[in-house]
Amino acid sequence: MTQIEEVSIDQFKHLVSERALTGETMLLNMGPQHPSTHGVLRLLLELDGEIVVNCIPDIGYLHTGIEKNMEAKTYQKAEVMTDRLDYMNPMGNNLAYVMAVEKLVDLDVPPRAQALRVILVELQRIASHLVWLGSVGLDLAAMSMFLYCFREREQILDIFELVSGQRMMTTYFRPGGVWRDVPVEFEKAVREFLKIFPKRIDEYETLLTKNPLFLDRMLGLGLLDAATALSYGVTGPTLRASGVDWDLRKARPYSGYEQYDFNVPVLTEGDTYARYLVRIQEFRESLKIIEQALNKLPFGPVRSENRKFVPPPRSEIGVSMESLIHHFKLWTEGFPAPRASVYSAIESPRGELALMLEGDGGPKPLRVHLRTPSFDNLSVLPHIVKGHLVADLVAILASIDIVLGDIDR
Amino acid sequence: MGVEQKLGDMGVVTTTLENVVNWSRTNAMWPMLFGLACCAIEMMAAQASNYDMSRFGMELMRASPRQSDLMIVAGRVSKKMGPVLRRLYDQMPEPKWVIAMGDCASCGGVFNNYAIFQGVDEVVPVDVYVAGCPPRPEALIHGVLTLYEKVKGEKFKDLAEKYG
Ligand code: SF4
Repeated sequence: MTQIEEVSIDQFKHLVSERALTGETMLLNMGPQHPSTHGVLRLLLELDGEIVVNCIPDIGYLHTGIEKNMEAKTYQKAEVMTDRLDYMNPMGNNLAYVMAVEKLVDLDVPPRAQALRVILVELQRIASHLVWLGSVGLDLAAMSMFLYCFREREQILDIFELVSGQRMMTTYFRPGGVWRDVPVEFEKAVREFLKIFPKRIDEYETLLTKNPLFLDRMLGLGLLDAATALSYGVTGPTLRASGVDWDLRKARPYSGYEQYDFNVPVLTEGDTYARYLVRIQEFRESLKIIEQALNKLPFGPVRSENRKFVPPPRSEIGVSMESLIHHFKLWTEGFPAPRASVYSAIESPRGELALMLEGDGGPKPLRVHLRTPSFDNLSVLPHIVKGHLVADLVAILASIDIVLGDIDR
Repeated sequence: MGVEQKLGDMGVVTTTLENVVNWSRTNAMWPMLFGLACCAIEMMAAQASNYDMSRFGMELMRASPRQSDLMIVAGRVSKKMGPVLRRLYDQMPEPKWVIAMGDCASCGGVFNNYAIFQGVDEVVPVDVYVAGCPPRPEALIHGVLTLYEKVKGEKFKDLAEKYG
């Protein structure tokens, strides 16, 4: 096992101010084990009293080698890796991946599968924002938020379990559609959620939106203007709270998002509180999308019939020897993909999640690269925390909603 | 339902010191608030309303290793994180226990690669392994209860030998 190295200040001299070298300001470690860093992030802080002079994020404590691992697997099998990437958003990661594969091999997706994908991805967005809201509450000592948010999240996880058998790592979307059709209870469960959740959002808002203690900790902190946000590649609610109307679901619709009528909440304040408000409004917009998708959920197959890429259904395997062989070959050898490179992007709860996939003619990808939103969003943190108190750093860090699995991958 | 009801008017209970100490250790075990990856979210869910670990005396998650006696390694341990994890373990006061939560912490899980420790037992001694990717909150609670069984059977003599 490698040992923790004792480093001298010479190694990061260029990152801190001159005053740190004379001992006028203090260097302080925050993390990697810290309740408010939302994972294993280490922040090296340079402090003047309680004021943050410099903040240097040190990432890589959760580096998992996901990209490299995916390159060692066939296209079907690499998908399980994507769930574990941004673990607040497994459905969304799956979607980005299967869309890339579908683009690479030119595979069709039936309309029912597209609509199901939208419903589940939006539910996932709500679940992710709920975890965010709960942990922001914890960070700012509003403990009950955590309990409320996780109560609603369980309901969404129950729906996921209903369709896929797993609570979190579902791998439910497959190239060419979804794993299998949803059970009959699905619609009822989603409708139930649609019915109770608006009231719950109101409840959260009563607890937080006008709460003076909450406002004190949120208003006017961590100001991020649109130009800076764009230059750092910030996306998602963090960008939209800074006044840039950019949402891939509207700007580059995928999976049939163009059929649904919804708004993209945009605020111009660019502070921590605006980011909170954007996410609260996104709850309601997601509900709208789910409701529309559910109302016009078409009937029909949920997986493409293209047998070159999609294994034959179980019912055929029992009666046809060819199907059995075909199934076996697809799962052991995989399908070849052309020598080309594709890029597919979706709007994850944190921003633009994109995947670059390069085929080499064989059954395994030559290169997989991920553009993860948290990574870019984190890069702007040192810029926006300067001059704030350490205690406010916690709120600002929470407001950009990072997931370490997403950053380090 | 308390001990009074069971014992009636007897007034006196005889038992061994070992039993009392072990019993009290199981009922106020403070886990360290330490999440690594996806499994940590399920650990949070186990703490939250639906599963409520405080039923087992575990509502107090301490952020400092010096105040906790149970480390739940919830998630994958990367090569960069390993030394940090060991340092945290060393900082915990004795007696201390470790639960490896999830496949990654138990054996590397789906990540058989250069970046991840193939089981956290390469870094710290593990008492209970909980399988699943991620384990359901019920599975974690079962792991905790299994640990309690183990703690209840502990002998002072062995502990003295173990920690010196
Ligand atoms: S066991 Fe599964 S859920 Fe847990 S950390 Fe590993 S990949 Fe994530």
